[in-house]
Amino acid sequence: MVWLIVLFLIPFIIVFKISFAEVQLAMPPYTPLFEWLNGKLVAVKLNFSNYHYLFTDALYVSSYLYSLKVAAVSTFLCLLLGYPMAYSIARSNPATRNVLLMLIVLPFWTSFLLRVYAWIGLLKSNGVINNVLMGLGIIHEPLTMLQTDFAVYIGIVYSYLPFMILPLYSNLEKHDLTLIEAAADLGARPFTAFRRITLPQSMPGIIAGSLLVFIPAVGEYVIPSLLGRTDQLMIGRVLSDEFFQNRDWPVASSVAIFMLALLVVPIMLFQRFEKRTLEAGK
Amino acid sequence: MSEPSGQAKAPYLRIENVTKRFGEFVAVNEVSLDVQRGEIFCLLGGSGSGKTTLLRMLAGFETPTSGKIYIDGQDMSEIAPYERPVNMMFQSYALFPHMTVEKNVAFGLEQERLGKDEIRRRVGEILEIVKMSPFLARRPHQLSGGQRQRVALARALVKRPKLLLLDEPLAALDRKLREHTQFELINIQEQLGVTFIVVTHDQEEAMTLSSRMGVMNHGQIVQVGTPTDIYEFPATRFVADFIGSVNMFEGRLIEDEPDFVRIRSEELGGVIYVNHGISSAPDATVWAAIRPEKINLSREAPPQPGENVVKGVVKEIAYMGDMSIYLVQIASGRTVRVTIPNVARHADDRITWDETVYLSWHAASPVVLTR
Repeated sequence: MVWLIVLFLIPFIIVFKISFAEVQLAMPPYTPLFEWLNGKLVAVKLNFSNYHYLFTDALYVSSYLYSLKVAAVSTFLCLLLGYPMAYSIARSNPATRNVLLMLIVLPFWTSFLLRVYAWIGLLKSNGVINNVLMGLGIIHEPLTMLQTDFAVYIGIVYSYLPFMILPLYSNLEKHDLTLIEAAADLGARPFTAFRRITLPQSMPGIIAGSLLVFIPAVGEYVIPSLLGRTDQLMIGRVLSDEFFQNRDWPVASSVAIFMLALLVVPIMLFQRFEKRTLEAGK
Repeated sequence: MSEPSGQAKAPYLRIENVTKRFGEFVAVNEVSLDVQRGEIFCLLGGSGSGKTTLLRMLAGFETPTSGKIYIDGQDMSEIAPYERPVNMMFQSYALFPHMTVEKNVAFGLEQERLGKDEIRRRVGEILEIVKMSPFLARRPHQLSGGQRQRVALARALVKRPKLLLLDEPLAALDRKLREHTQFELINIQEQLGVTFIVVTHDQEEAMTLSSRMGVMNHGQIVQVGTPTDIYEFPATRFVADFIGSVNMFEGRLIEDEPDFVRIRSEELGGVIYVNHGISSAPDATVWAAIRPEKINLSREAPPQPGENVVKGVVKEIAYMGDMSIYLVQIASGRTVRVTIPNVARHADDRITWDETVYLSWHAASPVVLTR
């Protein structure tokens, strides 16, 4: 609780405060919110123009929408890939299970940045993939893969897949397998049993995994900067440009606050779902 | 080994030389068994006796290593669990936690692609029978243990299976509820005429439920018969010991006539006279098994001295309410268990601790066992 206040609430309040300020050439580079005179508060200057600005400049709107789209597609792809993996790990015997889980976590042993750079080497025009495909005579012109949406999806799915697999695994591993036998006994073919018993029961895992991928993916900065398009920025990049290049702290802060507000929505939906399943009793 | 059922018609369930191995371990060993239509057949055995494996093979969750299973004349070898005319009531009930009672019961019918109205009608009917109609919209966690058991039963019965398999159906219920449910199960079975195969480790449950039962040990069925057969005429020492309690005396056959035998037992310190013949080699080692309730306890020596009488000292009395258990030590050092019904409420001259007593029994009471 103390940690939450120190590491989350206080920084949040600071950023929130800056988002109502105006830029000025000073140190710090924004106007104060409160004006003090002889130890007395004489004025509070709230400036909403930063938020207004977000909705008038097409750059911000399109970046937000693009970020949401990239995050949504990546989350879906992670789910599509991660579910079968989590499922087969949960159903394998305990000895292999630990090895497989190790392999899922293993990439974290190397630097995140390094792993994303490695994808540049794979995807670029004279990179490994193009060279192999050309060498085999499958293609004659190199494919443009770098600086496309495709590369961003690969980067995000690759980096965030463990965050999908682990919560799914911990859910699937707890399932009572006699329920599947009961479904088979009642005449359900394996796929029907999966659809009607396993899938609904793994919903909490699906939602937890999806949030763990979706939320950081919306604000993702490194992957789209290294692998992504240059004509369409994601909101994380916009934020950092605003901050470091334009030195407009108040606008950068309002970008961050609005992003947070956007992400609170799915979290609250998740909370409601959790509460409902709790009431339904596990 | 199978026992002739006394009926000429083909058995409804036929298990033919079924063996199941898990690696080196033989869970079920050459089991053959016939069950008639409409029976409640109990498989009784301790843990690891292979009874659950046998049940799971009937449901199709395990495949026999060798042997065949026929249900209503149809070979089940190639038939997947979801295609068998068999339903199972799981020990844990295995109700689907995310579905209501109604949805749980309807699940099986939905797989048959029946119409909505038909499903609703049949679900309603079966819930009426198990008296769960008021709980239609509840979820399993909102039900008591007994109610869950009824839902599980309804869910299995609603498919009108040829065979209903029940895995320890009453194990999760408390004692009072168990007794009540036993009779209800029998009622429902009679009402619907479905053939029940029940697996249990609880001999009382097996005795009250079954029309016939099979006692399993080490993957084999050691004896098949009615509860009375098995209790009064156990075929082996294992059965005699497993069902109820018994006093077993090892001895040697000293006289072996067609209509009586005499056994000299060192353990008893005397001779046991049995008024029926047995088939065994003379001088063979045999065991005489006498049930505790078939032994008389008296202060005075019974009129016929010598055989079927032994003297001892009361060491322990356990008052059970409806009866008392006496542990009497005889001269050889063995302790004999005797049960006496508590007929009178005030019995001041009841035999008590450290009294010298005579144990005696009727010549028809001992069962002579050769293995």
